[in-house]
Amino acid sequence: MKDLARVNNPYNEGKVIDACSIFGVMDTSGKRFDGSKITTAIGNMHLRGNGLGGGLAAYGIYPEYEDCYAFHIMFLSSKGRQETEAFLKDHFYVVYAEEIPVRQLPEIINPPVVWRYFLRVGAEKSSEENETDFVVDKVMTINTRLSDSYVFSSGKNMGVFKGVGYPETISRYFRLEEYEGYLWTAHGRFPTNTHAWWGGAHPFSILDWTVVHNGEISSYGINSRYLEQFGYNCTMQTDTEVIAYGVDLLVRRHGLPVETAARVFAPPFWDDIERSPGGRKELFMALRQVYSSMMLNGPFTIIIAHEGEMIGLTDRVRLRPLIVGVRGSELYLSSEEASIRLICPDLEASWIPMGGEPIIARLGEKPVVKKKSVCPGGVMKSA
Amino acid sequence: MKSYLPTKFIIERDREQCISCQVCINQCTCQAHYFDSQDNEVYARPEKCVSCHRCVVFCPTGALRVRRNTSEYRDNYNWRPEIVDDITKQAESGGVLLTGMGNDKPYKIYWDHLLLNASQVTNPSIDPLREPMELATYLGQKPDSVQVGPDNTLAKNLPPQLKLDVPVMFSAMSYGAVSLNVQHSLARAAAESGTYWNTGEGGLHHSLYDYAESTIVQVASGRFGVFADYLNAGAAVEIKIGQGAKPGIGGHLPGEKVSADVSLTRMIPEGTDAISPAPHHDIYSIEDLAQLIWALKEATNYTRPISVKIAAVHNASAIASGMVRAGADIVVIDGLRGSTGAAPKVIRDSVGIPIELALASVDSRLRQEGIRNRASLVIAGGIRNSSDVAKAIALGADAVYIGTAALVALGCHVCQQCHTGKCSWGICTTDPGYTRRINPEIGARRLNNLLRGWSLEIKDMLGGLGVNALESLRGNRLHLRGVSLTDSELEILGVRMAGR
Repeated sequence: MKDLARVNNPYNEGKVIDACSIFGVMDTSGKRFDGSKITTAIGNMHLRGNGLGGGLAAYGIYPEYEDCYAFHIMFLSSKGRQETEAFLKDHFYVVYAEEIPVRQLPEIINPPVVWRYFLRVGAEKSSEENETDFVVDKVMTINTRLSDSYVFSSGKNMGVFKGVGYPETISRYFRLEEYEGYLWTAHGRFPTNTHAWWGGAHPFSILDWTVVHNGEISSYGINSRYLEQFGYNCTMQTDTEVIAYGVDLLVRRHGLPVETAARVFAPPFWDDIERSPGGRKELFMALRQVYSSMMLNGPFTIIIAHEGEMIGLTDRVRLRPLIVGVRGSELYLSSEEASIRLICPDLEASWIPMGGEPIIARLGEKPVVKKKSVCPGGVMKSA
Repeated sequence: MKSYLPTKFIIERDREQCISCQVCINQCTCQAHYFDSQDNEVYARPEKCVSCHRCVVFCPTGALRVRRNTSEYRDNYNWRPEIVDDITKQAESGGVLLTGMGNDKPYKIYWDHLLLNASQVTNPSIDPLREPMELATYLGQKPDSVQVGPDNTLAKNLPPQLKLDVPVMFSAMSYGAVSLNVQHSLARAAAESGTYWNTGEGGLHHSLYDYAESTIVQVASGRFGVFADYLNAGAAVEIKIGQGAKPGIGGHLPGEKVSADVSLTRMIPEGTDAISPAPHHDIYSIEDLAQLIWALKEATNYTRPISVKIAAVHNASAIASGMVRAGADIVVIDGLRGSTGAAPKVIRDSVGIPIELALASVDSRLRQEGIRNRASLVIAGGIRNSSDVAKAIALGADAVYIGTAALVALGCHVCQQCHTGKCSWGICTTDPGYTRRINPEIGARRLNNLLRGWSLEIKDMLGGLGVNALESLRGNRLHLRGVSLTDSELEILGVRMAGR
């Protein structure tokens, strides 16, 4: 088996540590817009990263192939590509494949080749298992067994673009101003070890779920041991991977609503659970009792996205920043308010959500302006 | 027969400070002090002294010191004094050597080779003086997933759980082995501190039914005091298969300790020996254990978690896996250092394995098999302080039992004379003259203080790690590092070497 940990974690640390800037924007009306807006916003938080990792996720960018699993795969050698393409042909119908077009930039040194494949699962190929389990299994196989290949993303009508560099550079490299999506997330990384690897950048993705993350999960040790019981191998030894797999387990496999899964990651305090009205007390108690090992503890802000939905969440004592902005059908999530106002000067409302309170934007639902804010009125006053 | 045993301790009395008040004589349960009326002086019989320090603590003028006897044997690594003394004792008695407390031999204490982590720069430590810090722990079987109904409410209730405000419970110590006042102290403290005490195998005295909600009732091979009301009185039922101090053998309460009250509680005739069989005679294999677990679940109408306690033996992880599959809701592992009121010395000192290794391998095995959530894991045996508790939880324990530490809080000075029934601190005795020495009100206060102190310390350690709930440390071995351990030890513990 290929040891991804050795690529991503050359010093064999207990886990990889990094810190970051994050940004997310969604138009809940489904209106699509190009990648230049989010590139400007994340670029404004340049100082929160150190150029050793940047990436973006975009939803709604492949309407012509919306029924196909869009695999973005990075190759470090042509042998790896041949091996992986043979594997894909064995297990999927390859509807279309191409190298992702890029713009050569002096800042991008020695980039790997990134291809995209639009794939269908034949009924006979996934007969023994559910289709999504089939796809997850194949992604895991490519990542852990096939040489020099790593899957950036594997969902429908979405894609992840990431690499070593500042996120605004990565965006220009992948020519994201030429793509249109209704939901974008972005990440600039500040890893504390100097080694950088394209696969180690955010967003992390499994199927159409993506996670960008700022912070350190001090509960990583038990979170990863817990996920191992369900067949997830935390090969990258990063916090973010644990969050992506956790979402997959809770929402896709255990069928929890996203709001409820957020209460697993950042559960209310026992005292607050005790005071919760109605059936919420019983539900929250059961969630904490059963999923205690999946609680994310330590400072974090995450933006989780999948088809039609974007969720922002901080740890329950809010040790990392998250600011929400709303204008009409648009919802913005950011590490810093200035980045939101840079691309949307006429915000209707902005606020800092309470620790552990999920902020959810959903396709077809107008964003709700929350009354409760850590800092009423927002950090910056509108002019 | 003249005894050839040397005197172990010397009692030094400062004549200038002694006021011949005779407190030492009254306090000593071994007759190591006596009053000579002709001399009008108090003298010592050092050969009787067990160094329990009762007289030292209670001497009003501080006139007493107890020292190790300075007359040394000639050095010999093989024929150490303890070994020579043991042979001498057996030559004089012809019996099994008995002892009390836990294994006192210098086997490696792994807690002392494990170190905890703390946050620096990349994440903030959390200040428990200013931020909430949660220790609440629920013991019992957890399903694989939570089932949520269409209206986002809980669709299926969880199996019964025990709620602990502090992840420390009081180990099984039976009425008869310890006095009723000790059990009252434990029960009261458990109720006040939000944890549980365990009846041990001697039944539940009628005066303790008030504390039933904080009580774990035990069912051991002798079935002493077991009846329907008893099973349903406690918050949980524990099947005792084995005990760390004496794996493979049953309990033994001599007839002299079986007073009228003990007889009533244990449901045996007054003055008869209460000897538990070595095995449960209805459990000769794992499927038999399953039958007893389910019989107890039936008897308590599925309202109580069922715990099963074993001693840490070589194949503990395989046994624990079988116990979970047999339906145990809580698995208790009692390690090499686990204590006892009385055990053959040879068993106490030579049988079992260290709890740290047993815990690590049981937790890993249950995870490998994907059944860790089906039972909570509790360990016992030699837990000395809050850092032992934190390290046990990081290795994978849900909670710990303390026995000796609780008794030390009540006054025990670990003189290892529990089996004699002459405990001068009034703990491990049923002699009414001595049991009065424990006042349950003061005893409970001392135990509550201990638990409070440990809780505060655990919160400090959690905050330093940058987490604000105990569950984020539980099984989180990345927060532990080993020092002075071999590769095999590190591998079994699942812990990295310090510096890595």
